[in-house]
Amino acid sequence: MVTELSTLRQLEAESIHIFREAAAEFRKPVLLFSGGKDSAVLLHLARKTFYPERPPMPLLHIDTTWKFREMIAFRDACARDGGFALLVHTNEDGLARGINPFDHSAALYTQVMKTEALKQALDKHGFDAAIAGARRDEEKSRAKERIFSLRSQAHRWDPKSQRPELWRLFNCQLQAGETMRVFPLSNWTEFDVWLYIHTENIAVVPLYFAAERLVIERGGALFVMDDDRYRLNPGEAPLRRRVRFRTLGCYPLTAAVESDATTPAEVIRETISAGMSERRGRLIDQDPANSFEGMKQDGYF
Amino acid sequence: MAESTGPEDRVFGDLLRRETQKGTLRFMTCGSVDDGKSTLLGRLLFEADALHSDQLAALHSDSGRFGTAGTDLDYSLLLDGLEAEREQKITIDVAYRTFATSRRKFVVADTPGHEQYTRNMATAASTADLAVLLVDAERGLLPQTRRHAYIAALLGIRVFVLAVNKMDRVDYAQSVFDRITADFKALAARLKVDEVRSVPVSALNGDNITRASDWTGWYSGPSLLEVLETISAERGAEGPLRLPVQRVVRPDQSFRGYAGTIAQGAVRPGDAVVVQPSGQATTVARIVTFDGDLGAARQGQAVTLALQDETDVSRGDVIAAAADPLEQADQFAVHVVWLDKAPLYPGRAYQVKIGHRTLTGQITELKHRIDVNTFDKHAARHLDCNDIAYGTLSLDRAIAFEPYATCPTLGGFILIDRFSKATVGCGMIEFALWRASTVPWQDLEITKAARATLTGQKPLVLWFTGLSGAGKSTVADAVATRLHGRGRHCYLLDGDNLRHGLNRDLGFRPEDRVENIRRVGEVAKLFVDAGLIVLVSLISPFRNERAMVREMMGTDEFVEIFVDAPLEVCEQRDPKGLYARARAGEIGNFTGIDSPYEPPETPELVLNTVDTTADALADRVLAYYDRELG
Repeated sequence: MVTELSTLRQLEAESIHIFREAAAEFRKPVLLFSGGKDSAVLLHLARKTFYPERPPMPLLHIDTTWKFREMIAFRDACARDGGFALLVHTNEDGLARGINPFDHSAALYTQVMKTEALKQALDKHGFDAAIAGARRDEEKSRAKERIFSLRSQAHRWDPKSQRPELWRLFNCQLQAGETMRVFPLSNWTEFDVWLYIHTENIAVVPLYFAAERLVIERGGALFVMDDDRYRLNPGEAPLRRRVRFRTLGCYPLTAAVESDATTPAEVIRETISAGMSERRGRLIDQDPANSFEGMKQDGYF
Repeated sequence: MAESTGPEDRVFGDLLRRETQKGTLRFMTCGSVDDGKSTLLGRLLFEADALHSDQLAALHSDSGRFGTAGTDLDYSLLLDGLEAEREQKITIDVAYRTFATSRRKFVVADTPGHEQYTRNMATAASTADLAVLLVDAERGLLPQTRRHAYIAALLGIRVFVLAVNKMDRVDYAQSVFDRITADFKALAARLKVDEVRSVPVSALNGDNITRASDWTGWYSGPSLLEVLETISAERGAEGPLRLPVQRVVRPDQSFRGYAGTIAQGAVRPGDAVVVQPSGQATTVARIVTFDGDLGAARQGQAVTLALQDETDVSRGDVIAAAADPLEQADQFAVHVVWLDKAPLYPGRAYQVKIGHRTLTGQITELKHRIDVNTFDKHAARHLDCNDIAYGTLSLDRAIAFEPYATCPTLGGFILIDRFSKATVGCGMIEFALWRASTVPWQDLEITKAARATLTGQKPLVLWFTGLSGAGKSTVADAVATRLHGRGRHCYLLDGDNLRHGLNRDLGFRPEDRVENIRRVGEVAKLFVDAGLIVLVSLISPFRNERAMVREMMGTDEFVEIFVDAPLEVCEQRDPKGLYARARAGEIGNFTGIDSPYEPPETPELVLNTVDTTADALADRVLAYYDRELG
């Protein structure tokens, strides 16, 4: 009698399968790399997938210019160590217009510096598939998205006309101008990701682990002042707190949590006893109900 | 990472180890509208402590805005994610949820209950290990319950958990529960279901969801969650090795490997294998992974095999146990589930993806459509969205396959529209049919090239398409006259004339038109083979079938000529009085009136018959022939 594969090994095998299918079927796929823990896992899986070959696709990073400095350093180290070509794209037009997370709403800023920037980069390089680390457990509308998710010529997602996705028979065919988003981590949970990082000893940005950091408390949330561009409101003063991040985005929009966890195992321990879902730390999701779905239809990941 | 030493740390260390060993059960939930599926699942997540406090907070606030449960929490809101669905209060797509208990992780596919969304059910069932089927205790088995059980079983689900819900509404009466369980077991026996577990529950009140209810003392079985935690439902681990090759790995001259996920069985270095369909035999040299070579690998693992001998293997091939190879065939008895708004017509060509191979194929014959409410069989000439049928799949090449019931990975297929690229259908192979493919092609002494040499011309098809009255036959006849005058051997196949003989059994419904074009295409192909220049004058309204005929011919052997005249002009000309009769309702399915014409997108020639005479247009065709083909 054979024993069933553990959840982690099943998930790993499924992700590898998805990666291989994308590499075999698309003309010019790209791996989206944000520098977060999901990206780190995705990269690790990419190396496993293609071994002993080097992963046959470049990394693409959308740099809003407001990422944590440690993320940028981590990104460069990952690309170097994994032997990936690294492409970095910033929406220069948005930058010239001075779009930033302090003067503009989170929605507008995200639209211009992330969504638009991503579309520009995909168009510029002519990528027909973008592989990314989104998971179905992150948010309700993600839960219904396909693993191979079609985008129109305008990069829009139409939740009502998604292709049925049966078995693991992914329909990778595109009409002219259409592209595909591919999500190898669709069926992973935040817990699985940490457990895998722990088991496989995967390096992640140190921001995920607790350390004394200079923070601002605003609206009940803690923001790390990553550089001197952080604007203080009257009466606000930076504090030193022992914090870590559950999720990483642009630093002025990503809240930290107080923590003592300094290893993946300790993070897991805290996660088990924590009572808050992960994207809660992202201010961009806190706009009206289901704003995330609207962003996705627009082309955001 | 620093090793922890305290007693609490050891407990946590054990937990961590257990977590890494934990397995996953994938299940789907199905049942009729209002049986309370979303509520049951929401309750399961709630009771299994799988909700975070902010999700709970959102649930409290959402329950007021959208909820149907009054002031109580509306658990269904957790699952109905998309805004559109909230407004309609109906789940419209498959939602995937994960939760875990200390024993297992679960992936749940929640599927819609109402009729037109059968395709989502099939989608969810295709990756589920078992189905939780909800039945309303007050209403018992409904037509939709039968439909869902049928689809789940058709997609290969062999274990059902029957949740008899809303037991509170029938005073927790054992007789009601026993009757519904017996009814379902009778149904399950017809569907070849291996195992049925039945649990009396109330999703609203939480009875028997995670712990025994005080109200069902007569029920001594496990709660729904306990059933899911302990049931065994894994498929496909036993049986001979099947590894569909997903990718050839060739980083440099020194290494060549074949990557894929093991669909069935296990493999070890030294195992004798055969590559199909080519039939080359060799042995497995290594099982290569990033984490080092493996001594063995089994079903579900994604691996790379290096083979002992130089072997020609491509994506889509199957590496199989040498002692037990797969059957190979190109025609199959299949079940089809049609998923698209546009109907399926027998004979129409689609792309077929099976394993890692994409080929051209057709459903050549529909034996019957299945009424999934009564399981009755009905004759069918086409399939509409959500129809399920039994018929024949014909592929353009032989493949190595397994019946779906044996190995879903090598017996399940999807159908892709060649133009829109949409997934329009899915199907399951039952068994191979031994037909044309078993009759070997007889090589003949006199070849096509030899005959063409004798006629001294390049044989080809000039395919005239356009509306009735556009002038196809007139122009084609003028072209034929000119070619004949030049001593060319040609023949004109006229659509109307063929309907007096070869196609006299066909009408004008879309399915008849598809068959009509297929036959004319086959005849044209034979005539080209005979060395002739074939002119075809046929409305041939569908892009798909014209493309199919083009693919039947060799390169440069198919010239598509669009004879273009606006509908108003054709209707005014009305040489045979057909438009008048169609307008009067005497003839149905008339192209341009109540049946569509799909103009060619990239024809070799467009002939506008409004301002130009047939003779002038014939000269243009001849000029094209001389320039491109003569």
